[in-house]
Amino acid sequence: MAREREAITKQNVQRTTLKGLPMKRVSLAVLLAAAAALSVQSASAQTLKTVKDRGQLSCGVSQGLPGFSSPDDKGNWTGIDVDVCRAIAAVVLDDPTKVKFVPLSAKDRFTALQSGEIDVLSRNTTWTVSRDTSLGANFTGVTYYDGQGFMVKKSLKVNSALELNSASVCVQTGTTTEQNLADFFKGNNMKYEVIAFGSIDEAVKAYESGRCDVFTDDASGLYASRLKLANPADHIVLPEIISKEPLGPMVRHGDDQWFDIVKWTLFAMINAEELGITQKNVDTMLKSDKPEMKRVLGTDGNLGEQLGLTKDWVVRIVKAVGNYGETFERNVGAGSPLGIARGVNNLWNKGGIQYAPPIR
Amino acid sequence: MSIAPRKPPLQFALRLKRALGGKTGWNGLAAQIAFAAILAWIAYEIVANARTNLETQHIASGFGFLNYNAGFDVNQSLIAYNNSDTYWRVFFVGLLNTILVSVIGIVFATVIGFVVALCRLSPNWLLSRIGGIYVEIVRNLPVLFQILFWYLAVLAALPAPRQSISIFSTFFLNNRGLIVPQPVSEPGLYPFLAALAVGIVVALGLRHHARRALFQRGQMIRIWPYVLGCLVGLPLVSMLMFGWPLKFELPQLKGFNFAGGARVIPEFVALTVALSTYTAAFIAEIVRAGVMSVHKGQMEAGSSLGLSRAATLRLIVVPQAMRVIVPPLTSQYLNLTKNSSLAVAIGYPDLVSVFAGTAVSQTGQAIEIIAMTMGVYLLLSLATSALMSVYGWRINRSMAA
Repeated sequence: MAREREAITKQNVQRTTLKGLPMKRVSLAVLLAAAAALSVQSASAQTLKTVKDRGQLSCGVSQGLPGFSSPDDKGNWTGIDVDVCRAIAAVVLDDPTKVKFVPLSAKDRFTALQSGEIDVLSRNTTWTVSRDTSLGANFTGVTYYDGQGFMVKKSLKVNSALELNSASVCVQTGTTTEQNLADFFKGNNMKYEVIAFGSIDEAVKAYESGRCDVFTDDASGLYASRLKLANPADHIVLPEIISKEPLGPMVRHGDDQWFDIVKWTLFAMINAEELGITQKNVDTMLKSDKPEMKRVLGTDGNLGEQLGLTKDWVVRIVKAVGNYGETFERNVGAGSPLGIARGVNNLWNKGGIQYAPPIR
Repeated sequence: MSIAPRKPPLQFALRLKRALGGKTGWNGLAAQIAFAAILAWIAYEIVANARTNLETQHIASGFGFLNYNAGFDVNQSLIAYNNSDTYWRVFFVGLLNTILVSVIGIVFATVIGFVVALCRLSPNWLLSRIGGIYVEIVRNLPVLFQILFWYLAVLAALPAPRQSISIFSTFFLNNRGLIVPQPVSEPGLYPFLAALAVGIVVALGLRHHARRALFQRGQMIRIWPYVLGCLVGLPLVSMLMFGWPLKFELPQLKGFNFAGGARVIPEFVALTVALSTYTAAFIAEIVRAGVMSVHKGQMEAGSSLGLSRAATLRLIVVPQAMRVIVPPLTSQYLNLTKNSSLAVAIGYPDLVSVFAGTAVSQTGQAIEIIAMTMGVYLLLSLATSALMSVYGWRINRSMAA
């Protein structure tokens, strides 16, 4: 426990220095670029072995986005992206607390992954073809189906994004958001002014101070940021969703085993929900006679070992963070301040599009 | 048996040995070659290693991305730019924004710095205390903090566009910046500019003539009526003949913001004000040190000649102080240029924000972009240093004469 607390304080220190000074961020980018150039690790690096030897998973997260990855006042990280990291730590190290969370700005995140600073990037990152190819990294799945929206002050009496001609828009730099914004206004023949900030907090602050009429981000991010405003009720999220933003974890190219582990950790969470395995009933489910249940929970067969893990890998995940539905409800759903409805993120057989390949 | 005179050793080889090997001769040369080879090998290893790493991880590399579409917008650009332009264009947009804020910041910092220094040196108790307090407060607070202060505390307190502070319904001040009428060229513009140029050239010629007359023959010529005639009269004549050179387009409130008119964005104002007041505090101390390094006898000599304090400072003390002032002043100019990269905190689109920020995360080519950005800052700094060296050299030469 003491060690955990110490680790947490360390995270906190790192977080404040990263957030406090943009100069630091720039130098971080320089440092990471240098590290990418100098690192002598071979491309087929055994990430699994590295993580086991280190005894800790290094996971890139956001600098604080409630519901996805944000530290509480005690320095404990929570969120749907954080739970993915904890689940990976559970299957690899059998301890969901053995994670070092590295808070990254939008523009530093890929460099941190490329240079080997982090083992997995789980930071509300949109899956696009250019990111999947030219960055030397792979997306492993979709943790949250999102889309870009707009938030405005109620006093402006705007009801649609199509009424935003000549508006000033605040945005976080280094995101797909910036490009979608340009496409949307150009496509609808509207003029606008963009003010791009280094971090989401700076953008929200400028929006709140009246520098911009509009704040734009992924819809989930808008709800999360609205909670931080002085009077959340004075702001509305416009109904238009102008883009597809499938958010998911990323790993480096060239280590297929690690790619499989991260990919199937998320799939296992979704499959667990589909089978009705929860944090509470997982121990009783272990006694189940159903062949499918036995296969998934590892009482029959060796699917976990084929991944380079242990037979009880799914049990470890569910015990650590619960199934996908539990994670969703706890962090962004009805059980959280965000109160986002499941919507498209519901399971495929319940009206959503969350679908995981079977564990067999 | 013939006795051949002993040949003198080859002068060329000897000189080469000296130049390359120093006192240790050929051994020293070998050591130098070995050292250079090791450096070259390390450099080669770094480049080759980076290249293989990038290739095996399938990370895009090279500079081809510069010709791709950037696809994002920038809110202040000195050259025409829209979101279908290339990353090259983004690079120049960012570079020009950085240069703009640096040049204007340097000018203001120098002026404020000199004024504060002269205040501090003033025999007037109140002025010197005000100068001292300014320096001690401003230089002891972090510059990022000051930028945020100007942006979030001062400029954000301005009213929203619909409640703008209006000056004669022509200038508007609000939290989106200062909106001024935009000059639009009229047919009379080119004749007007030509007349003005002719006027300036003639006026300079007259001044040259008058100075020669003064220095060579001790003759005072009254030229100011002619100079005035050239600078004001000629353009006036052109305006009478060809009409107004410019017309001003007035800003109009339309939707969320003003349409028409030109705008100075608050990010630019906050950054320029913060950087120039901050750097001015350092410059003030440099100028004070420079002035104090001039012997006080010079000041006394000036007053015994009957010169006023201002004239003594301007004609005798400051020119001598410049020799001491210029080298550290150059460092402050370089600091200001580099500090302008803090712009990203308040959303001013400088080089670091748009190119080393947005472009890096969109293309993922950190090595190329960071290298280009570092190269640009290096070039900007070297160019500033070179200009200041030339200036320092001219001062030294005129002092020596």
